[in-house]
Amino acid sequence: MIKLKKLLVITGVFFLFSFFSVTAAQELPVFFIPPTGFKAFDTPNDAGETISLTWSISPNDSSDVYYVIYIDKSKDGTFEKEAARIKSNAHYRTAAPEIFGYKEDNGNYHYIQINPWKIFNEEKSDKNQVYYFKLAMEAGDDKIVLDTIASATAHGNWIHTKKINNFVIMIILSVIILYFIVHARRNPDMFLRKIGGLDAVDEALGRATEMGKPVLFVHGLTGMGSISTIAATNILGRIARKIADYDANLKVVNNDPIVMSVSQEVVKESYLEAGRPDAYNPDNVFLVASEQFPYVAAVGGIMTREKPAANFFIGYFFAESLILAETGATTGAIQIAGTDAFTQLPFFITTCDYTLIGEELYAASAYLSREPMLMGTLRAQDVGKGLSIIILVLGTLLASFGLEFVTRLFEVF
Amino acid sequence: MNFFKRTIPLIIAFVMGVLMALQYYVPHKLSQDFLEVVTRWDRIIAGFAVFIGAYSLFHLHWTRIKRRVEGWGYSVFVYFGATITITFGLINGGKFFWNDKQADTMFDWFYYYIQVPAGATIFSILAFFIASAAYRTFRARTNESTMLLIAAIIVMLGRVPIGNYISTYIPVIADWIMAVPNLAAKRGILLGVSLGAIATSLKIIFGIERSYLGGGD
Repeated sequence: MIKLKKLLVITGVFFLFSFFSVTAAQELPVFFIPPTGFKAFDTPNDAGETISLTWSISPNDSSDVYYVIYIDKSKDGTFEKEAARIKSNAHYRTAAPEIFGYKEDNGNYHYIQINPWKIFNEEKSDKNQVYYFKLAMEAGDDKIVLDTIASATAHGNWIHTKKINNFVIMIILSVIILYFIVHARRNPDMFLRKIGGLDAVDEALGRATEMGKPVLFVHGLTGMGSISTIAATNILGRIARKIADYDANLKVVNNDPIVMSVSQEVVKESYLEAGRPDAYNPDNVFLVASEQFPYVAAVGGIMTREKPAANFFIGYFFAESLILAETGATTGAIQIAGTDAFTQLPFFITTCDYTLIGEELYAASAYLSREPMLMGTLRAQDVGKGLSIIILVLGTLLASFGLEFVTRLFEVF
Repeated sequence: MNFFKRTIPLIIAFVMGVLMALQYYVPHKLSQDFLEVVTRWDRIIAGFAVFIGAYSLFHLHWTRIKRRVEGWGYSVFVYFGATITITFGLINGGKFFWNDKQADTMFDWFYYYIQVPAGATIFSILAFFIASAAYRTFRARTNESTMLLIAAIIVMLGRVPIGNYISTYIPVIADWIMAVPNLAAKRGILLGVSLGAIATSLKIIFGIERSYLGGGD
C-alpha cells in the first residue's frame, strides 16, 4: 500500500515537472541561456549614421547559434524587420578598441554597429528618430526573443575624440615649425649638413651643358594631391632655374595631366626669373602616358634614343623605379633620385649615383634655394625628430616594464 | 595681375589646406559631405585635364613626325594606336558612344590582348633588372656591403623552402632581420618622411613655399 502511494506521488511529481517544463520550453528552450545587458547607444565619433549594440556572451554561443537583431521605429512595433544576423561566436568588443579600449573583459561582450538608414532604405533620416531593437537567439528551429528593448538615436559628432592625440601632436609640431621659421628670419645663418645628392645637382647640370645633351626630369606616378609630387615640383623649379642659367635643355616627362600643367608653369616661371623666357619650350614638358608600364616604356625609349646626360627621378615611385633607373644607368647618365617611397629606395640606391632618402626630398627645396624661412623648417624637423627619439626611448623603457600607456597615447584610430 | 596669379591661389591654398586638415578630425556628416564635394571637384578637374594631356601628347608626336627627328617612326604608332582605339571606343560594339559601354567589344579586345600583355612584358623585365642590380650591389667590397650580402642571402634563403631544408634556423633569422633591423630602419625613414611632409604642408598652407605656383616670389 505504502509502495503504491510512493509510486503515485513520484508519478504525480514527474507529470507536474513535465507539465511545467513543456510550458517553459514553449517560451524559452531549456538549452538557451540568454545573454544579458543588451544595450544600444549612438556610435561615438561617427557621422551620425550608425547605432551601436552590445550584450554579454552566453554559454550557448557557438557557430550553430545565431544572434538576430530586430529593429523598429516604435517601441510597441512588431519588430519584424531584421537588422542583422550574426554567428554567436563572433563580433566582440575587442574589435572596437576605439570605443571600449583594451579592457580584459571585452571578450565577454558582443558588439555590432547597425545603420538604420540602410535597413529602412532611406536616403535621409530624421536626426531625432529613436530606433528600437530586440535581440533573439536562434539555432535551427529553436528561437528565443529577449524581452529587453534597447533604444538609441544616431547623432553626428563634431570632434573625433580618439584623434585628439593626433591633433595635439600636429599643433605641437606646427608651433615648433612656425617658431623656427620666424627664428630663421631673425637669424639667417644656419648650419645645414651636406646632402650629397643635392650638391651633385650643379655637377650633373654642368655635365649636361658641356655635353650638349638634355637633362631628363622624371616625375613619380602620384598626382598633384600627393605631397611627394609637390616636393618634386618645388625641386623642378630650382633645377629649371639653373638649367635656364646654364642654357641647357630640360625635358620633363609626366604621367598625369595636372602635374604636367603645373610643371609647365613652374618651368616657364623659372625661365622667366632667369631672364630667358625665349628659351622656354612648352613641348619639353609633356605627357608620355597615363598608365604605369606604357609610361615606363616611353621614358625608357627617350633615355635610349636621346641619351640624356643627367636623369632626375623625383617623386613617389612604384615598381617602375628599377626599370627606369637601370635603363638610365645603361645610357651612362648621371642619375639623381629622390623619393619617400621606402620600398623603392634600395633600387635607387643601387642604380643611381645619388639618392635623396625620405625627408631629404622635402628638404631639397630649402637646401637648393638657401632661403632662411625655408631652412627654418629643416631645423624644426630636426627638433621634431629629437622629440620622437626621446618618446621612443621612454616608451620602449616603460613598455619593457609592462607600462604600455605611452604606446596607447600615440595610437592611431 | 599679381593678385590673380599669386594672392588668390595662396588664399585658396590656405583656406582649403586648413579646412582639409580639420576635416580629418571632424567625423560629422557635414564634414563628410565637404570631403565628397572636394573629391568630386578633383575628379572634374582631372577629367578636363585629360584633354590638355592628350593635346600635349599628340602635339609632341606631331612635331616629331613633322620635323623627322630621330625615332619619328615611333610617333606614327602613337597616332596609329590612338586612332584605332578611339574609333572602336566610339563605335562601342555597334551601339555608338552615346549608349552605355558595351561588354566584349573590340575596344575590350585591344585592352585585354594588347595593352595588358604589353604591360605584363614590361613588368616582367623587372625580374632581369633585379638580378643585375643585385649582382652589382652584393659585391662584398666593404664591411657594410658584406653585411648586406650576408643579410640578403639569409633573407632570400629564408623565404624559399630550401632554406628550411638547410637549417630550420634560417627562416627564423630571416624573419628576425625583417622584423627588427629592417623594420627599425623603415620606421626611421617613415618618421623623417612624416615630419618632412608636415613641414612641407605647413610651408604651402602659409604660403612660405610657393614654387609650385611657378617661380619663387
